Amino acid sequence: MEVGAYVPVALFLFAMVMLVFAPLMTWVERKQSALMQDRIGANRADIFGIRAIGLLHPVADVIKMITKEDTFPTGGNRLLHTLAPIIATIPAVISFAVIPYGGSYEAWGARWDLVVADLDYGVLYIFAVGSLATYGSVLAGWASNNNWGMLGGVRVAAQMISYEVAMGVSVVGVFMIYGTLRLTDMGFAQQETFRLLGFIEHLGWAGPGSWWVDLIKIPMWGIILQPLAFWIFLTALMAENKRAPFDVPEGESEIIAGYFIEYSGMKFGLFYMGEWIEIVVISGLMTAMFLGGWSIPYLPDHVLVDALAYALGPDMANVLAMVVHVVVFFLKVIFMIFFQQLVRWSVPRFRYDQVMNLGWKILLPLSIANIVVTGFVILVVQGMMS
Amino acid sequence: MTEQVLFYVFSFAALLSAGGVVLNVRNTVYAALCLVVSMLSLAVLFIMLSAEFIGVIQVMVYAGAIVVLFLFVIMLLNLKSEDMGAESQPLLKLVGTLLILVVSVKLVALLSGTRKSWPELDSEFGTVKAVGGVLYTDYLLAFEIAGVLLLAGLVAAVVIGKQRID
Amino acid sequence: MIEPWHYQVVSAVLFMIGVLGVLIRRNVIVMAMCIELMLNAANLSLVTFSRMWGNHDGQIFVFMVIVVAAVEVAVGLAIIIRLIANRDSLNIEDTNLLKW
Repeated sequence: MEVGAYVPVALFLFAMVMLVFAPLMTWVERKQSALMQDRIGANRADIFGIRAIGLLHPVADVIKMITKEDTFPTGGNRLLHTLAPIIATIPAVISFAVIPYGGSYEAWGARWDLVVADLDYGVLYIFAVGSLATYGSVLAGWASNNNWGMLGGVRVAAQMISYEVAMGVSVVGVFMIYGTLRLTDMGFAQQETFRLLGFIEHLGWAGPGSWWVDLIKIPMWGIILQPLAFWIFLTALMAENKRAPFDVPEGESEIIAGYFIEYSGMKFGLFYMGEWIEIVVISGLMTAMFLGGWSIPYLPDHVLVDALAYALGPDMANVLAMVVHVVVFFLKVIFMIFFQQLVRWSVPRFRYDQVMNLGWKILLPLSIANIVVTGFVILVVQGMMS
Repeated sequence: MTEQVLFYVFSFAALLSAGGVVLNVRNTVYAALCLVVSMLSLAVLFIMLSAEFIGVIQVMVYAGAIVVLFLFVIMLLNLKSEDMGAESQPLLKLVGTLLILVVSVKLVALLSGTRKSWPELDSEFGTVKAVGGVLYTDYLLAFEIAGVLLLAGLVAAVVIGKQRID
Repeated sequence: MIEPWHYQVVSAVLFMIGVLGVLIRRNVIVMAMCIELMLNAANLSLVTFSRMWGNHDGQIFVFMVIVVAAVEVAVGLAIIIRLIANRDSLNIEDTNLLKW
């Protein structure tokens, strides 16, 4: 941990994401599903006649949840019933600490790092914290003293621990290529470009006058270098989140509400907010690791800052670059959120044995094959370069 | 100063929750949750000892998978506390506690005689890169055998736990 | 100043609590959890030594201990599940058919 890094901006963004994105996600869910299903969606909530295309519905939701009666099942375990939503939401919130909104900027004598905790083992931290999220759902199912709750709790435990394996193994290829677990280093590594036709020169097939080898340059984004890992990781994360086609534990048509069944009011609200925040975490993580982080393609950090410094001077150039990078990061995050909602409203729910089959028999062998192929490709490329 | 506060808080948390594991007679789920708290406190102590990789692995594997397995079995069996069977006799409890107290006091007295200070370490100690480097070069055989052991345990657990379809 | 022996004392007391648990509790699952406590105490001691001597051997040892603990818990819980199916009791006093 370096002393002297100035993190209040990162902390402010972190708080803003928590407070703003989570209720906004309910609006996204309503409006996007409405768009996809060719209807209008919820737009009746208003304050003094101003209906902001349904943006006041999250406010109405929060008021409803806070003022609802807090029911409690007879024979259930009061302490665990209250503790479970808290345990379920905390991992989603603290996962944000390692996701970088931007790089490092020097302005007015301080170095502004746009990440709350630049851990050397950033991705492992997210996995460790994500594995603690299992407890919230399992305890919720058990404390409810309800058959459907128990069934939901058992299913959710099995599903979450199964997909943690595929989740961890699938990104080993990404670690091998970038050589680091630190998300800011991955962000910087994705700003480099490589020549697509470079192998022609390394194999000795190009003469001295071949200018066309340098023509096609591709940024070293994770999705380009590790496409299979991108899809496997995204699937595993969506299964961890119990969202999208993997919401068997909260299967609305099968076991009523699964482990949610005895929850009402703000405790239910906490569970739901936890799921939305986890969607934002997933989007942030995919952006940081696979979609190039905070940077614009073909425009590395220092090039942008130097270009702006001609017009504005070094301090303001850094601040403006910081703003640009944060905006680019959030645009990518919003795209990933849109994509996850797209999947959720398109694909029907999997059957439970299909979920287990996918996790163990399809995703895990593919991830291991990905590691082997990545290792082979790295060896070949290194052999060609030397 | 920060280090002292962190150490005392988390070591007491670890010891008190370990006591909670032993003393929670009526509810096994409470005992499992106390075990989780104990392991998380130990993970903090590991990170204070510059063992970052081991601390994160402790949370990920121990607190996040092994105790979940315990909770899973406790929930699946769903036994009420009445049919847990009687706990041990009071005489055994008394003698056991006295014995443990005597041994603990002796151990603490023995350990507090040692005086050594921490050596200076570079910032790369205990990072994923450093531990991985040692694991894949000096201890490669142990690593591979650990992999085979995990495979054997996997097969054994499936075979033993499977319901026989007669 | 936190000296190495502070950590060793924590490890020793944690180990003793684990031993106490195995001695006085008769519930099989709680006994397995107390065995995990003992393993954790040993891990803490190993990591302290690794820091004291400045090399990574202790941490590698801890890695192997965690692997072995995971395998032991998996197989042990499978055995416990068969035990319940056969005997319908979690008390270790009831598994005494081979006793004289």
